[in-house]
Amino acid sequence: MPITDMTACELAAALTEKRLSSREATAAYLDRIAALDKEINSYITVTPEQAMKDAEASDKRRAEGRALSPLDGVPMALKDVICSKGVRTTAASKILYNFVPPYDATCWSRLKAGGAVLLGKVNMDEFAMGSSTETSAFGPTRNPWDEERVPGGSSGGSAAAVAAGLAAYSLGTDTGGSVRQPAHFCGVVGLKPTYGRVSRYGVIPYASSLDQVGVLARDCRDAASVLQLIAGQDRMDSTSAPAPVEDYASACGEDITGLKIGLPKEFMSDAIAGDAVAPDIAFAMRQGAERLAAQGAVVEEVSLPHSAYALPTYYILASAEASSNLARYDGVRYGARAENAENVYDMFTATRSANFGAEVKRRIMLGTFALSSGYYDAYYNKTMQVRTLIKQDYDQAFAAGFDCLMTPAAPTTAFKLGEMTDDPLTMYMQDICTVPVNLAGLPGLVVPVGLDNGNLPIGLQLIGKSFDERTLFAVGSRLESPLRLQPGLEM
Amino acid sequence: MTKYLTTIGLEFHAELKTRTKIFCSCPTDAGAEPNTHVCPVCLGLPGVLPVLNRRVVELAVRAGLALNCDISRYSKFDRKNYFYPDLPKGYQVTQFPLPICRNGYLTIKDAAGNPKKVRINRIHMEEDAGKLVHSGDNLSGSTFSMPDYNRAAVPLVEIVTEPDMSSAEEARDFGETLRLRLLYAGVSDVRMERGSLRCDVNISLRPEDQEELGVKVELKNLNSFRAVYRAIKFEEERQSLLLDKGLPIVQETRLWDEATGETRSMRSKEDAHDYRYFPEPDLVPVVIDDEWLAAISGDMPELPEVKKARLLALGIGEKETEQIVSEPYLSRFFDRAQELGCDPLTVSHWLLGDISRLLNESGAEFEEVPVDADQFAYLLGQVESKAINLNSARTVLEDLFGTDKKAADIIRERGFAQISDTSALQAAVDQVIAANPKPVADYKGGKKASIGFLVGQVMKATRGQANAALVKELLEKALEN
Repeated sequence: MPITDMTACELAAALTEKRLSSREATAAYLDRIAALDKEINSYITVTPEQAMKDAEASDKRRAEGRALSPLDGVPMALKDVICSKGVRTTAASKILYNFVPPYDATCWSRLKAGGAVLLGKVNMDEFAMGSSTETSAFGPTRNPWDEERVPGGSSGGSAAAVAAGLAAYSLGTDTGGSVRQPAHFCGVVGLKPTYGRVSRYGVIPYASSLDQVGVLARDCRDAASVLQLIAGQDRMDSTSAPAPVEDYASACGEDITGLKIGLPKEFMSDAIAGDAVAPDIAFAMRQGAERLAAQGAVVEEVSLPHSAYALPTYYILASAEASSNLARYDGVRYGARAENAENVYDMFTATRSANFGAEVKRRIMLGTFALSSGYYDAYYNKTMQVRTLIKQDYDQAFAAGFDCLMTPAAPTTAFKLGEMTDDPLTMYMQDICTVPVNLAGLPGLVVPVGLDNGNLPIGLQLIGKSFDERTLFAVGSRLESPLRLQPGLEM
Repeated sequence: MTKYLTTIGLEFHAELKTRTKIFCSCPTDAGAEPNTHVCPVCLGLPGVLPVLNRRVVELAVRAGLALNCDISRYSKFDRKNYFYPDLPKGYQVTQFPLPICRNGYLTIKDAAGNPKKVRINRIHMEEDAGKLVHSGDNLSGSTFSMPDYNRAAVPLVEIVTEPDMSSAEEARDFGETLRLRLLYAGVSDVRMERGSLRCDVNISLRPEDQEELGVKVELKNLNSFRAVYRAIKFEEERQSLLLDKGLPIVQETRLWDEATGETRSMRSKEDAHDYRYFPEPDLVPVVIDDEWLAAISGDMPELPEVKKARLLALGIGEKETEQIVSEPYLSRFFDRAQELGCDPLTVSHWLLGDISRLLNESGAEFEEVPVDADQFAYLLGQVESKAINLNSARTVLEDLFGTDKKAADIIRERGFAQISDTSALQAAVDQVIAANPKPVADYKGGKKASIGFLVGQVMKATRGQANAALVKELLEKALEN
């Protein structure tokens, strides 16, 4: 099997058994990036020299029997919103085109401490705002399954790189579905852990109360092994949780007999997505339910009555937080700065006008409006109340005995480049299945289950209880059909 | 001529006396090279997160206890959004709807000298901004400015009163009372000249027959309570002149100019920001449980009023008490000397006399009186037992000031040990009697006052070391014969 077709765990086993060196694996990935990424455009920055050095160090450690973790030496990629000391981190924005962080994000420093080999930083929607990776200042990433189509977003580079064999796994971030929807579009596994499970320190924020670092991987076992390394409380992030880190990988393949799995009716009805859910996806849902039932799970319908309000709630809340989070990009301390301004306020305006993209500006304006005096109660305060109601829907479902819920990951499979760029509201509908999970702070896992009749991947979403990622991996590993097809991408 | 009533509310910002900043571990001490006390967190680099300094909460609670406030068991932080180059994140982390302390008060004296309660609306925690260093003398004369973020995220408490004061005197009295309380509570250095305590004034005037409050004007750039007093006096004058002429008062912020003794307009209400406050999602709520509150209360230093009462009860005069309590280092020295068994009145005398003189003369600033209390107590003991005389003791004190010398060594080295040995003095007494026949004859002839001259001669002969009382006794005895 080609090196770049292996799962991270298979690659790790080959490294452990000395069938392969990290240098060979890293070189294979770098070669493939050089050959294919001009088309896919999944990377913003590739770091070949450092990667080869790190691979060499990893081989040395393994030779001495001092591997730092099971994944020591496995080549991977980081979404370009995750700060990496000494490596440019742009958030796919012109405003940070030259920003080189003097610190590592905690999730990255934890992977580094486990011996990860960084291949580079991958593409995304600007400041993680988008569902197609088309808002990147570095050009769109293409879906490896069909280069006319988008990989989803905002972690489109992360998903495309894993799907195209340009990284063994990658980290993304998920604020409203930004890991899960691209996983679905690209036919890979995408995990958004519970809010607070992974430190947000060093991750350039979009909406702080919703953002969570996630994993894109070839299968559940890979995702679980990566979560193992990055999970846990961090004293640099007050919102990171003290909940104990469990053994996630061992959950994969566990017996699911008797587990109660809910199918929220609102996610299939006209009220929320209705017609928008593609027939192939609805069919995949039924097949998935049968598959789990056949393995002993109890699959029942459940109701989450406030689901219809999740999307507007999300867009108001996330935009409000974003308008504040993005205020620091003012040209004073780092990043782009407009020249020849008359005074400092002109400089702020010129810098931000010239260097933020249209979608980012749209959300800053939405958020600024929602927080303005006179509108705060009608918008921000109301969304906070609705958020509580949405969370209560899930609490009640779990209290009623459900172990996890299953929904589509998005209403459609991958759409074409440019198809929705002029229609932001339709684009926002892409997040309809995923945003409630962020609002409720719960873990969500998307696993590939098959292809639609256009040969595009379909993933289904599992939603779990707070800090119960194990159940998601148990069920996900029983549901997934890893897709190792990379049509048109054979070298 | 219409008479006007003045209504005043005050807003204070006090820098908390913590070692490190509010959300990172950068040091807070002032005076460092620009941008050396900074890190990714206080510079607001992309992706960094704040972590609340526990000590900030403790000192804010202390401030609340010192100002008779209710302490909120649950409070949270909010973001106040605005753009300015000294503000690294484009927002200030502060507390808006749920501050850490509420509903306090301080008692001051009104014009008639009666106690008056001034209510405190709230105390909240927040971070300071950096400061801009302009290329010219001021902003308008500069071609560029350089931000210094050393002060960014230094912890502050903001204290807001109700509009309960009605004169410049009351405002000054309130400010000074508050300052001393915060100082005693160890909350802040409260140095207005250095900006570790800042005071803004909200003032309005209305005709005495009008119920409704007048238009509010905010006064800033007040670097002392004298400036607070003068600025209020100026505003009362300025606004009453306008009102007399039937002209409107503009709702605005005015800057006090210490040099000209005037206030001038800085910005009007139309320029006011919409700060778009919302809950800070990067921090968790501050919850103060019984145990923590008890620990903070138990750790609370003695407040000035309690100390005053204690000194008065010891028999110290009202004026002296006021003087000692107004300087915490004097009052701490008083306590230490008293613990060592010194007589309170004597300590007060020395503190306000020689020690205050030495402190003034040195011109330096002191955290503590630079005299070892043990040595001071020893010195007082020597005076009391007449082992040395008062003049020598004052010299010894000067030698002790700012050094770690031992009083006993100084007394020995300087030969200050008082001669109280009859046999040692008798020879000198005899010599002086022999050498001064005229004063001796005067004394014997009934002019008893001439004994003073003879005592002086003996003191001179013994280079001041003789026990003067004993010398007098010996002279009298010799001359009676």
